[in-house]
Amino acid sequence: MTAVTPITTGRRPPAGVSRSRRGRAGWVFVGPFMAVFALVFLAPIAYSLYLSFFRDQLVGGTSFVGLDNFQRAFEDEQFWAAVGRVLLFLVVQVPVMLGLALLIALALDSGRLYGKSFFRIAVFLPYAVPAVVATLMWGFIYGTRFGLVGNINEALGVSLPDPLSPSLVLASIGNIVTWEFIGYNMLIFYSALRVVPKSLYEAAEIDGAGEWRVITAVKIPAIRGALVIATIFSVIGSFQLFNEPSILQSLAPNAITTYFTPNLYTFTLSFSGRQQNYAATVSLVMGVVTMIIAYAVQLRGMRKEA
Amino acid sequence: MRTMTRRAMRGVGLLCAAALSLTACGSSDDDAAAEKTVRGSDLRAALKEGGSITVWAWEPTLKQVVSDFEKEYPKVKVKLVNAGTGNDQYTALQNAVQAGSGVPDVAQVEYYALGQFALGKSLEDLSRYGADEFKDDYSPGPWNSVTVDDAVYALPMDSGPMAMFYNKKVLDKHQIATPTTWDEYLEAARALHKADPKAYITNDTGDAGFTTSMIWQAGGTPFKTRDTEVTVDLAADKGVTAFTKVWQKLLDEDLLAPIESWSDEWYKGLADGTIATLSTGAWMPANFVSGVESASGDWRAAMLPQYEKGGEVSSENGGSSLALMKAGKNKDLAYAFNEYANHADGVQARIAGGAFPATSADLSSKTFLNTPFPYFGGQKANEIFARSASQVPEDWSYLPFQVYANSVFNDSVGKAYVSDTTLAEGLQQWQKAAVAYGNDQGFTVNK
Repeated sequence: MTAVTPITTGRRPPAGVSRSRRGRAGWVFVGPFMAVFALVFLAPIAYSLYLSFFRDQLVGGTSFVGLDNFQRAFEDEQFWAAVGRVLLFLVVQVPVMLGLALLIALALDSGRLYGKSFFRIAVFLPYAVPAVVATLMWGFIYGTRFGLVGNINEALGVSLPDPLSPSLVLASIGNIVTWEFIGYNMLIFYSALRVVPKSLYEAAEIDGAGEWRVITAVKIPAIRGALVIATIFSVIGSFQLFNEPSILQSLAPNAITTYFTPNLYTFTLSFSGRQQNYAATVSLVMGVVTMIIAYAVQLRGMRKEA
Repeated sequence: MRTMTRRAMRGVGLLCAAALSLTACGSSDDDAAAEKTVRGSDLRAALKEGGSITVWAWEPTLKQVVSDFEKEYPKVKVKLVNAGTGNDQYTALQNAVQAGSGVPDVAQVEYYALGQFALGKSLEDLSRYGADEFKDDYSPGPWNSVTVDDAVYALPMDSGPMAMFYNKKVLDKHQIATPTTWDEYLEAARALHKADPKAYITNDTGDAGFTTSMIWQAGGTPFKTRDTEVTVDLAADKGVTAFTKVWQKLLDEDLLAPIESWSDEWYKGLADGTIATLSTGAWMPANFVSGVESASGDWRAAMLPQYEKGGEVSSENGGSSLALMKAGKNKDLAYAFNEYANHADGVQARIAGGAFPATSADLSSKTFLNTPFPYFGGQKANEIFARSASQVPEDWSYLPFQVYANSVFNDSVGKAYVSDTTLAEGLQQWQKAAVAYGNDQGFTVNK
């Protein structure tokens, strides 16, 4: 690391040298991360991309097919039906979940709630239940024959609509996901609220702002960053919906198809259809779609913040 | 939603791992030496010399066979591995074949899945061991299933000639006669559900295996394969139309319990009379004994109802074989074990363990036929199963990619169970999916 010697008469050290030194030191620090990042993040993506240019057939074996898989993905009705389904899920479930989480966080933060810590833990608890267990549990609740819904039907002599029928199953999954993640999002919002300087509230009070005005003019703008982050997480989560439909599938095989969500579709393609190449293609397309939407959410969030 | 993300990432990792193995292997090596014929003397020499083989199977009675085999040939070590049941094992097997390592010497493969593996050139042709001479030793259904164009890809292990199991107590209570035709079955379904709105003649939520068995019984041949040319006809095939004619009525009149087979509800339903009959393979009794213990004595077995009055046609449901993997190491020993388990002494041990054999000699043996089943009130149920085995139409064949087709069955035919779509329409959509997949995999389907 010997510095290049010819130095001009200037008093400041030559900019070029110090920058390159700084640069190298930076790489040393970033190196371990970059190595792991390349191995576990970039390499799989590159490999998926490589795979997506081939096709493996039962008759004929593996052959290079160029962009055929991508063309097929863009024309694949099942794939786009799956994307549409998670988009619908996103548009309905995410606002409901985040709205409720925000409401609870604000209620906790207001300081007017009795038994605050119990309430906080109780709302957060479902997040600690593994998604598989949660889904199984809800699956039993939803059952119209031996489940809770069935019991209610029998006890009250009513006939509630079947939550696992094709028309309701997406809403039922939304309910499970909301139940699971409301506490998690509430905690993000609540911790953001806790760090809002008290002086802001005092200033608002002096200006004569009521509780509602404080919420809309002080609290929500102050936690906008947390709101954006939670939204992005939820967007990504919605696009990657897999656990819940995959488990409920055994209870409602005729309502949840093998291409119910994009992830379920790629799973079926590679594991029962031995179409790993096409599955890789679908995963890549789905990754790009998710990135675009998450980025759009972020841009919008940032703009408002400015 | 972190949990989901993490899970999904793991899925991607798995996918990549599977994909990695896929390119690592390319084609399997067919060396000319492997094609030579092997005689009994060679096998005996191999057994004397000893060695070890790995067997992937989930069939419970094989455990006894393995220990008997090792006792008889002390130098041979057999490693019996349960790599999952059905589809789970096929996925593992497919991955091992593609990776070119960790492939077992012998694998259990259900009849419907044999085509897919044989076509993928993963299985050894057993005719070079002389297995092609065993034709008359097995009942026709299973034998037909293990042979493809003169090649023998496995030895039949058990079979599933169908029978109708019925809850005699329930039918007697409502004075309903045991149906002998599917029309009578429909009448019985109506009468039963009317008498007790909670009881159903049977359960069905769309089951590919059952549906194809029913089409098989009706004399249908919707799937035909010649080399790589495949025809799929789920529209005009006579078996398909005969099946949908009966089953659509049961669906329309809500006479089928919407209970998934093998679920807790299902076992409960079989025990408490909610499900009054069950048409399935002869391997079922062991499951009755273990899963529906409380209804012991209530159930009986009968011949499958007929499409035509006075007919004597049955069908197969399930059943599996043992195949030799091409990528296996110790093929001679593997074959020796396979023959022992399915064509020699092993068969008796398995029958004693409750398996339903595929060997005709045993199917007609007195002791086998006269075995009373305490669960069925002492009924000699094997007589019925054996008669059923002899009545299975021979010209049936599955798709060479049936494993995949069955996995997407509920996407299309399932709609008939939860919406206004008819079974016939659902089956045609299923055909569309199968045709598209077949062509995509390099077959020439319906062209």
